[in-house]
Order: sequence, then C-alpha cells, then structure tokens
Amino acid sequence: MAMAIDTLEEMIKEGLPGCSVKIEDLAGDGDHYAAHIIYEGFAGKSRVQQHQMVYKALKGKMGGELHALALTTAAA
Amino acid sequence: MTDINARIQDYITKDDIVLFMKGTPIFPQCGFSSVVSQVLQHLGVNYESYNVLEDMELREGIKDFSDWPTIPQVYIKGEFIGGCDIIKEMFESGELQQLVTEKGLN
Repeated sequence: MAMAIDTLEEMIKEGLPGCSVKIEDLAGDGDHYAAHIIYEGFAGKSRVQQHQMVYKALKGKMGGELHALALTTAAA
Repeated sequence: MTDINARIQDYITKDDIVLFMKGTPIFPQCGFSSVVSQVLQHLGVNYESYNVLEDMELREGIKDFSDWPTIPQVYIKGEFIGGCDIIKEMFESGELQQLVTEKGLN
C-alpha cells in the first residue's frame, strides 16, 4: 500500500505534461502524501475535473496503492 | 442502468445532501470520512450518510458512478461536489457555506 515519492512525481508529470508539482511526505512513511499541482490544462475545469485528471495520470493507483494523497490543484 | 447505479441515483435524489463514507458520522472509520462529516456537522446542515464499509456493492459502485476513486464523496442536490480535499478547501474558502445557502439548505 505504498508508493515511492519519485514514482508518484513521475506519473503525475507524465500524465500532466509541463505541470509543476510539489509533493510532501506527510507522515514520513511513504504512504501519506500531499501533492500540490499547478497545470495549465486545469484552466476552465472544475475542482472535481482537475482531481479526476490527476487520478487518471495515476492510472488506477489512487484508492488502491495510494490511500492517502491529499490534493490541491490550480491552473496557474 | 444497473441496479447499483439506480440505487445510488435514488439516494442522491431522495436527500439534498448525501455523504458516502467509511463508518458513520458518530463513529467514522477513516480520517478523511471523519473530516468531511465534521465539516457537514459544523455547517449545521441536514445530510444523509451511507456507510460503504457495510455495503460492498455500494463501496465499489459509487467509485464508478462518480468516476472518483476514493471515499468519502459528497453529493449536493444530486451533483457530485467532491471528496475530502475539495470539501475541506471549499469549507476553508467559504464556498461550501455559500453553496448550501444558495441551494437553501441551511
């Protein structure tokens, strides 16, 4: 139920090309992360849609391997 | 529509605010569910909650229904509003209070 921070970052960057992402390991256990993502492609999307785009980038790992990923997203 | 989708549709139509969560508002069984139920209680709104841990069909069905991989999930007036992060962010910015006021729910 854990994922390396680098893997997480790579997947987000691959799914949302050109985004800026900052990930924090909240508990230091490799299982509770917070990701702050700024991505041009979020423009004009609702928060739900923005988070759905991130979840798509994570290819089904959210809710499975990743239980605890707090997300904040912004277009710019 | 499959049965589970019809059931979820019925839940979110029947009540103005619906929370799908792990555990119950009195005894939440996940930190995220706990946060969201606390926010709703703090808003002083009436809401219905469903414990997905007691209903495996609902637990999986709601993820497909909302195209959202995690629980909790909040619906207001039949519309999917978001999970824990979005609800928290909206509450902190005052948007959630504004939304329930606009919908006449408080």
